[in-house]
Amino acid sequence: MSNTTVVLQTVQPKSRNIWDGGQEPLKASYGKLMMWFFLLSDTFSFSALLITYGFIRFRHPVFSGETSKFVFSQEYWPIPEKVFEAIPFYHGSAPLVFVGFMTFVLILSSVTMVLAVEAGHRRDRADIEKWMLWTILGGIVFLGSQAWEWSHFIHGPHTPSVYNEFINGEWVSRTIEHANLLINPYGPPAFADLFFFITGFHGTHVFSGVLINIIIFYNVSVGVYEGRKHYEMVEKVGLYWHFVDLVWVFVFTFFYLV
Amino acid sequence: MTTVDQHNTEIEGEKAKPQTKVIWKTFWILSVLTAIEFVIAFTMPHGLLRVSIFVLMTFVKAFYIVGEFMHLKHEVKSLIWTIILPALFVIWLVIALLDEGAANFHAIYH
Repeated sequence: MSNTTVVLQTVQPKSRNIWDGGQEPLKASYGKLMMWFFLLSDTFSFSALLITYGFIRFRHPVFSGETSKFVFSQEYWPIPEKVFEAIPFYHGSAPLVFVGFMTFVLILSSVTMVLAVEAGHRRDRADIEKWMLWTILGGIVFLGSQAWEWSHFIHGPHTPSVYNEFINGEWVSRTIEHANLLINPYGPPAFADLFFFITGFHGTHVFSGVLINIIIFYNVSVGVYEGRKHYEMVEKVGLYWHFVDLVWVFVFTFFYLV
Repeated sequence: MTTVDQHNTEIEGEKAKPQTKVIWKTFWILSVLTAIEFVIAFTMPHGLLRVSIFVLMTFVKAFYIVGEFMHLKHEVKSLIWTIILPALFVIWLVIALLDEGAANFHAIYH
């Protein structure tokens, strides 16, 4: 017994099976995969909001006359380009120009984000910092624009809308100047409600995206990821940021264009 | 695309050249599509054709954002389907609820 050496041999299979462990499923790291799954669930949240918009819009009448003769009324769904036609420091009508600017800013910030990810692959710290900063700036510009858009929407159009309502057995005329969740000067109450909920939910995502971007930027600049020898965190926050841009592409089409 | 594996093959201290051609190409595609959407919004009369063009262009833009920016095009097939397949069911929900909304409209106004 004493002169017998027991050799513990670990049996190595000839080819590693996918179920043997030690492999990344779907050839994506844990963090990236979880980010993808989170974004998929977030897709469902935004889909639910946009589908609600479609459902409620389809159950309301549409304005049947010519677009140039359109006036705001609670009787039918408003034409988006008649609602969103203001830009800062200009009093004329410029339909959809401001929201077009916001779309462009978000697409551009998506580009700077993907440039940061690309710089991360090269582990070029200065380049990552530069592009992360541009991305953060783009996000802040978008949020500022949205704040202006909201304040303008709540403030109401140049001429207040007059609605006739049947209250307690008689017709009452009401002048509506400002928009809130109960009534608005543009159309049915659900129109403003959906505006606040959809652009608000998206804006919340942009806001948290900016915060996360700032955290990742800080970590990049103090060298956290240089220590890890890879910049995968930049890729993960990049996925989230592109998703926010993707959602806006859909909001832009279904809320503002259609 | 080889950029995905670059951090593994990169030798420390050696600076690789930026590979940004595809990124800027995607940016121009997205910008031009958005510009065309604007032109259509102001020149084309409201109707089903206009809506169809908008929806189609939105999906083209989504393809480029998800495919190139989010890099899904260059992931393994199983990951692509893991993401795309559940998302496809949303299309069914859209059609179902738009139809439901139209039925509601008829019930109220007709």
